[in-house]
Amino acid sequence: MTQDRKKIVFHHYESTSFSEPGNANKLFFPFYCLNSLVRNSFTFAYSTNQMTTFKIPDFTKSPTIDQVGIEERVARFNTRSIKKESKVKGLKLILNMIDLTTLEGKDTEGKVKQMCYKAMHLHDILPDLPTVAAVCVYPPMVRAAKQALLNSKVKVASVATAFPSGQSTRQVKLLDTRYAVEEGADEIDMVISRGEYLKGNYNFVFDEIAAVKQACGPARLKVIFETGELSTLDNIRRISDLAMYAGADFIKTSTGKISPAATMPVTLVMLEAIRDFYFTTGKMIGMKPAGGISTAKSGLQYLVMLRETLGNDWLSNEWFRFGASSLANDVLMQLVKEKTGVYQSKDYFSAD
Amino acid sequence: MKKNKTPKPLNFSTGWDYAPAPESTDHIKLEKQYDLFIGGKFVKPSGGKYFDTINPATEKKLASIAIAETKDVDKAVQAARKAYDTVWGKMPGAERSKYIFRIARMIQERAREFSVIESMDGGKPIRESRDIDIPLAANHFFYYAGWADKLNYAFPNRKPSSLGVAAQIIPWNFPLLMAAWKIAPALATGNTVVLKPAETTPLTALKLAELIRDSGLPDGVVNIITGAGNTGAAMVGHTGVDKIAFTGSTDVGKLIQKSIAGTNKKLTLELGGKAANIIFEDAPLDQAVEGIINGIFFNQGHVCCAGSRLFIQENVADIVIRKLKQRMETLIIGDPLDKNTDIGAINSKEQLQTILKYIQIGKNEGADIYQSSCSMPAKGFFCKPTLFLNTSQSHRIVQEEIFGPVLTIQTFRTIEEVIEKANNIPYGLSAGVWTDKGSKIFNLTSRLRAGVVWANTYNKFDPTSPFGGYKESGFGREGGLHGLMPYLKF
Repeated sequence: MTQDRKKIVFHHYESTSFSEPGNANKLFFPFYCLNSLVRNSFTFAYSTNQMTTFKIPDFTKSPTIDQVGIEERVARFNTRSIKKESKVKGLKLILNMIDLTTLEGKDTEGKVKQMCYKAMHLHDILPDLPTVAAVCVYPPMVRAAKQALLNSKVKVASVATAFPSGQSTRQVKLLDTRYAVEEGADEIDMVISRGEYLKGNYNFVFDEIAAVKQACGPARLKVIFETGELSTLDNIRRISDLAMYAGADFIKTSTGKISPAATMPVTLVMLEAIRDFYFTTGKMIGMKPAGGISTAKSGLQYLVMLRETLGNDWLSNEWFRFGASSLANDVLMQLVKEKTGVYQSKDYFSAD
Repeated sequence: MKKNKTPKPLNFSTGWDYAPAPESTDHIKLEKQYDLFIGGKFVKPSGGKYFDTINPATEKKLASIAIAETKDVDKAVQAARKAYDTVWGKMPGAERSKYIFRIARMIQERAREFSVIESMDGGKPIRESRDIDIPLAANHFFYYAGWADKLNYAFPNRKPSSLGVAAQIIPWNFPLLMAAWKIAPALATGNTVVLKPAETTPLTALKLAELIRDSGLPDGVVNIITGAGNTGAAMVGHTGVDKIAFTGSTDVGKLIQKSIAGTNKKLTLELGGKAANIIFEDAPLDQAVEGIINGIFFNQGHVCCAGSRLFIQENVADIVIRKLKQRMETLIIGDPLDKNTDIGAINSKEQLQTILKYIQIGKNEGADIYQSSCSMPAKGFFCKPTLFLNTSQSHRIVQEEIFGPVLTIQTFRTIEEVIEKANNIPYGLSAGVWTDKGSKIFNLTSRLRAGVVWANTYNKFDPTSPFGGYKESGFGREGGLHGLMPYLKF
């Protein structure tokens, strides 16, 4: 196995070794190495017979966001009372939308295998439970995860592009991405260069996302903004627009390594951006809040917000994910409570 | 370049729905019959007549309510006069403040009970009575409790003193909250009160009477009597009254003003409105849409300051209307006691007929109607949230107050145009402005002829902030330091 991986790395290294950083665009995507400033349209190929073309807007003119208004809207979502059968249905939906995550320096194949078993067997005592949507790991763990999840519908997502800081060269980021894809990742969670974004270097970030999208091949691309570092809702709206136009399949709040991670106001701004993008281009984009969502109650509040902002078509793990490690057990505890009427202690729920 | 297909509309109807989550009514204690609260006691009406108050969501009777005749009004005014002369008028402000503070605390303690009764009797969703009406009513008492011993500081070197007996008549749209708006400043300034709630929504005022009795407030300081227009007319015409405070329709306000002409009675009127809610191209549009929703569908549109005339800058009109329609699809209409209900029942059959009449007028005038596709309860008085597109200042539905969930939409091109149109109405109670630019807000707030102008928000109320109208929307201010003045002479 180790041998194989070396080969692949070498293969990629060879294939990109001739490119200097400045040439990267030209080599991989010649059609927009035109000066970014005069670029005004961009073609997406979803499949060979479906092409969608649309104008790239001026991202400095993204809509403004009123923070007070956003917080009031969120407060109103949170007054929704979810009871009985709609609660059970919602909780199961949450489980099915989870990207069960381990992103630690000390991760090993052993740990990842254990987590993958949990991903498929959340709580076998309860019948009719779904699996989670995906597991989310570092690239070197992808192969182990893929093997452990063989014969299941659980997808493997891999972070890439010098996660979590994103502080590396384009070349390294693309290598990282291609490596994860070739190891078998179904989804790539990339991080943007927040420094470049905050410098106002929007074209850099656009090209970066488009380049990674290209490198993803068939894998779906989630673009992580690390909203805790972007600080204002105006920024979050602007980067959402930019990422979607650059080719993101999903937009994602956070790495989970920075506080604050996902919050409802931030997620609402991103959902509204997805809605506007849908009406402009006809293309659905997924949403993934990640980090900091650990209770079933807040999970349901996110679902309410999703349902009332984008509607029922987005209510599946194809279009919405929770990036979380401890959310699943709290949801399971609530599901058991709905069934038996009593809460069980944490020790009744597996800690993988 | 291939043109993209128009995306299909968002689907809010099929999929994950919310199960009913009704607020329990087990803890509510309602009498079968309510008498008049005069001199600290509930007394039978002299005529022995009663009327029914019903739940507008179920059309079922809740209780029988006494009708106060002229004789009863006289009794109430005399009780108030006696309390003023012997106790309340002489009491030091610091002592008065303790009583008012106690009423505030007791409302908080019984907030849940008041919220449920408010929703049962008036039809407003429990979300609003629980989160807005009742807490705000308690806050008004808290706020004015603080002023009672500081009147000399509120008006330095002017030696304020109380007036005497205040007759107060309140409407059915915010029954308990309007009672608080009226009673709290009157008590803080040392006046005594005869208050009449509206005939369709008397229950929370009568529960407040019970609470006031339990609070130990001296007998006769607050008297609460019930009845319809005749009772109100008797209160206004009574010679023992020093001050009249009325909130209600402009027509009745005009009658009151005529009937007290030539007397010494002081008057404040808070009447109708037809507010402009103005959306500029640079506004945060999604939040503005939320403000439009809160502006017109809050309390089924039974709000005198409702943002019932929407003005959208022409270059963003299509987007705003699309977003607005989408947002309307997520509104839940139904049982006012369900915690998920956004829009409850229309207050009465008469009001529903008025609203439906105006919807018909709008259709006849040729305006484009849009109603959300929500399901409607089979029983009770309900009205779908309604938009009228392509209207102009010349449409009757734009000129007249509908007092229901009906919004008229006009577009505009320039700031001068929208100011002219916004002011082109006999009313002047409130307005809303949505823009990202601070300078634009200040320009508009000084040029709009409206008592309250909200910027990037709508229908926000606070006891510390004065509220009241221009032109045919009335005069006098309620709330804040300004709210003390109508109850004082200098």
